[in-house]
Amino acid sequence: MKELLNFILKIWRQKNNEEKGKFETYRIDDISPDSSFLEMLDLLNNQILYNRTGGEPISFDHDCREGICGMCSLYINGRAHGPESLITTCQLHMRHFHNGETIYIEPWRAKSFPIIKDLVVDRSSFDRIIISGGYISVNTFGKTIDGNMIPIPKEYADQAFDAGTCIGCGACVAACKNRSAMLFVSAKVSQFSLLPQGKIERKKRVLNMVKKMDEEGFGNCTNTKACEIDCPKGISTEYISFMNKEYIQSFI
Amino acid sequence: MIIKNYLKLDSKIPIGPLNHKWINHKSSLKLVSPSNRSNIEIIVVGTGLSGGSVAATLAELGYQVKVFCYQDSPRRAHSVAAQGGINAAKNYKGDNDSVYQLFYDTIKGGDYRSREANVYRLAEISSNIIDQCVAQGVPFARDYAGYLENRSFGGTKVSRTFYAKGQTGQQLLLACYSAMSRQIGKGRIKMYNRYEMLELVVIDGIARGIISRNLVSGEIERYAAHAVIIASGGYGNVFFLSTNAMGSNSSAIWKVHKKGGFFANPCFTQIHPTCIPAHANYQSKLTLMSESLRNDGRIWVPKNIEDAISIRNGEKYPENILEEKRDYYLERRYPSFGNLVPRDVASRAAKERCDKGFGIENNENKEGVFLDFSSSIERYGIEKANELGIKNPSLMEIKRFGEEVIESKYGNLFHMYEKITDKNPYKNPMKIYPAVHYTMGGLWVDYNLMSSIPGCYVIGEANFSDHGANRLGASALMQGLADGYFILPYTIADYLSTYIHNKKELSTNHVEFDKSEKKVKKRILQLISNNGDLSVDFFHRKLGNIMWKYVGMSRDNNGLSKAIKKIQELRDEFWKNIFVPGNIEDGFNSELEKAGRVADFLELGELIAMDALYRKESCGSHFRIENQTKEGESLRDDIHYKHVSIWKYQENKSISEEMMYKENLTFSFVKLQSRSYK
Ligand SMILES: Cc1cc2nc3c(=O)[nH]c(=O)nc-3n(C[C@H](O)[C@H](O)[C@H](O)COP(=O)(O)OP(=O)(O)OC[C@H]3O[C@@H](n4cnc5c(N)ncnc54)[C@H](O)[C@@H]3O)c2cc1C
Ligand code: SF4
Ligand code: FES
Repeated sequence: MKELLNFILKIWRQKNNEEKGKFETYRIDDISPDSSFLEMLDLLNNQILYNRTGGEPISFDHDCREGICGMCSLYINGRAHGPESLITTCQLHMRHFHNGETIYIEPWRAKSFPIIKDLVVDRSSFDRIIISGGYISVNTFGKTIDGNMIPIPKEYADQAFDAGTCIGCGACVAACKNRSAMLFVSAKVSQFSLLPQGKIERKKRVLNMVKKMDEEGFGNCTNTKACEIDCPKGISTEYISFMNKEYIQSFI
Repeated sequence: MIIKNYLKLDSKIPIGPLNHKWINHKSSLKLVSPSNRSNIEIIVVGTGLSGGSVAATLAELGYQVKVFCYQDSPRRAHSVAAQGGINAAKNYKGDNDSVYQLFYDTIKGGDYRSREANVYRLAEISSNIIDQCVAQGVPFARDYAGYLENRSFGGTKVSRTFYAKGQTGQQLLLACYSAMSRQIGKGRIKMYNRYEMLELVVIDGIARGIISRNLVSGEIERYAAHAVIIASGGYGNVFFLSTNAMGSNSSAIWKVHKKGGFFANPCFTQIHPTCIPAHANYQSKLTLMSESLRNDGRIWVPKNIEDAISIRNGEKYPENILEEKRDYYLERRYPSFGNLVPRDVASRAAKERCDKGFGIENNENKEGVFLDFSSSIERYGIEKANELGIKNPSLMEIKRFGEEVIESKYGNLFHMYEKITDKNPYKNPMKIYPAVHYTMGGLWVDYNLMSSIPGCYVIGEANFSDHGANRLGASALMQGLADGYFILPYTIADYLSTYIHNKKELSTNHVEFDKSEKKVKKRILQLISNNGDLSVDFFHRKLGNIMWKYVGMSRDNNGLSKAIKKIQELRDEFWKNIFVPGNIEDGFNSELEKAGRVADFLELGELIAMDALYRKESCGSHFRIENQTKEGESLRDDIHYKHVSIWKYQENKSISEEMMYKENLTFSFVKLQSRSYK
């Protein structure tokens, strides 16, 4: 039997966007090191429900719990998605924490991601950026050419895929001191610009998306690369350089 | 339950030869002129591959579309989690694949419990889907010449699965989401994120709108439309532990069912053979390891029970078990398909070994088998060394090269496995076990994908139509996109065109909207004001235990009867003893969301067990212990059960009083055979 773990949790509680939030302290005992971070919060919520003392259970976003939907968030001990690299919060396990440790849990912190409740934030600004141009304007009726008529060099296909793996979680924004969304936007811009299908609209796309990103109040990139470190999908800041190039070229 | 043998419902399957049915049918469907489309409003519930693709296409055609999803963004629909790939009969690999071959594999894989015409149409459309997705910028895997790559999935002998590493669903969904976003930008789609549909509104027998809850503000809102499309995904979470996302639920389809939508084959659940085994009781879900891993992984347990015990106790490791002491049971039992037998066969075989005590995982039920990549790593390593012209490579070099090849194919899955289990699958074999994955049952639809309520369409995993008793890998994504991009946009016009003639106005003022809204509010109040002691999760887990134990991989008469009783008792207990915190006027309340969903699962669970009890044959993952061959293979009964079981809810009566009808399945183009993968 593995040794069970106890923790002190300092969790950000906030009723809604208008009211002020604050940290509350909770104790949770006998957590298996194999339990995921969210399963630990499930147990805490059950404890709150059964004790009827800590008020309402803690609200946090999650769905797939497989590291792919991008729904979970959480700023854990000052890191987006917690201390481990290349994973989302739902894939973080308690074996990475010490017995007795105090863990700070906060929502994503960014003006463009307003708080809805407790640890849940509103990331619809990301959707609006995609709406502004994050697509290839092909109709969906299937009257296209055979897939193999568009051969794509493997290295481009692979790079486009790597950029395409962004899950839109927003960790890059939360990790950045400027609250910049450059990593997210550059991933999408690069994915399409690297593929022949997406090249035709590349100028319009990058201009519109960057414009929207600024309108939504995201900050600028100052190359601190915190986004890359906390991105669960390992999206490289090289895509930001790629996007900058695309952006400049779009004026030529 | 009352069983009726005939059904007045018209499945609208066109006559004529199989390969002309869809073409002929399309040419007989009525059209809506472009100038009228902008006056027509359509509601889509769900933004997965099916909902997303239909919303984008309908909007493009010029209809006004309202789309609902419970997540914060359409991009998070559960389709995003699909790993392995999507099928299409393109014969790019020259292995003699064809539309007929894909059709045949799918019909046979589904254990001859699906509609021939639907399945053929699916196979016919499959190629088109790939082309469409390529055009949208889906970064499918490519070979060095720049052409599309393929791989193989269980139940087939050809390579027809297109993929984007282990993230195919994500890439396909993002393409759908992009197409939707483009239409949102144009103002033709109005997107309602964090909204949950809680009731279907039916006026004069026709679907006319929905009642939904804004999950942020808590407000109950009314929406009217000329047609309602349900694309809300599967209901596997009735088993609590499953590979589904936590929020996946049956509420939308269940509400349609209770308003008159027939439910078909509820008991057809797919059990996926390659999931990470459950290890503890605090666990909230199970994680899938894509079936594509079976292309390169060999499945085994020790031949000797003592070895299995030592492995479970941590005294021996897989590498201590000599090759001849390993039982590669799939290769042994099914020499021609080996590790690539269909999911139901692989799942049952694993259960059989574990039931006999050969399981290798140290968990409560000692359930788990090895999925071992060492031979592939060696084989690929040698190939790679040859390619690079390295003579006499060392064992270390071979392993390194081999691991690189495996990494390029399954890197993200291996990474995921390691994060969850803390074990490196390149060095140790993976441990896997079957888990609930996909539901083949769902709302009954006709060939036009319309439910038994006119104006209410159902697509994707939410309907029952194409997979029969078992779904082959990589065919759910295909079905979702076929329904959304290429079928419904045509068939729905046929219905809507009659609307234009009837000139029916849209309004949310009708008494049916009042009634439905009242019902929703009453139920929420009932949940929130009930001052019980037990949490929603408690009930959900308990229901899951009953379902897995009695309605899971093997079922028998006694167990199923017991399950029905237990579910009824649990449901009573739920309404007596549930505790949901918060106030009705509060907004965001995850406990309330879960409570509503579990309340629906508690009813659906009973129907699933009833359906399983009635079907006294073994097919797909539905294994009736009473009906098996001497070798322990499943035994179908085509004389008595070659039909779809269709359940009709009786208003204001209990679930146990539902009526069952049959839609007989006719097979004119394939000959029914016992499914052998030997
Ligand atoms: C882990 C995993 C891996 C898989 N891998 C593969 C694979 O490799 N190949 C393959 O072919 N298939 C695969 N499948 C199956 C396939 O992914 C699904 O069957 C398919 O994606 C379902 O799509 P859908 O559009 O029907 O529903 P979903 O994608 O589940 O979407 C459901 C939508 O409905 C919404 N919704 C639900 N209820 C409500 C409500 N009441 N109100 C408002 N909105 C609601 C949700 O918000 C969501 O947007 C996999 C499944 C899983 C679980
Ligand atoms: S770039 Fe990385 S951190 Fe940012 S949204 Fe995408 S996946 Fe998340
Ligand atoms: S819950 Fe989906 S990525 Fe974490």
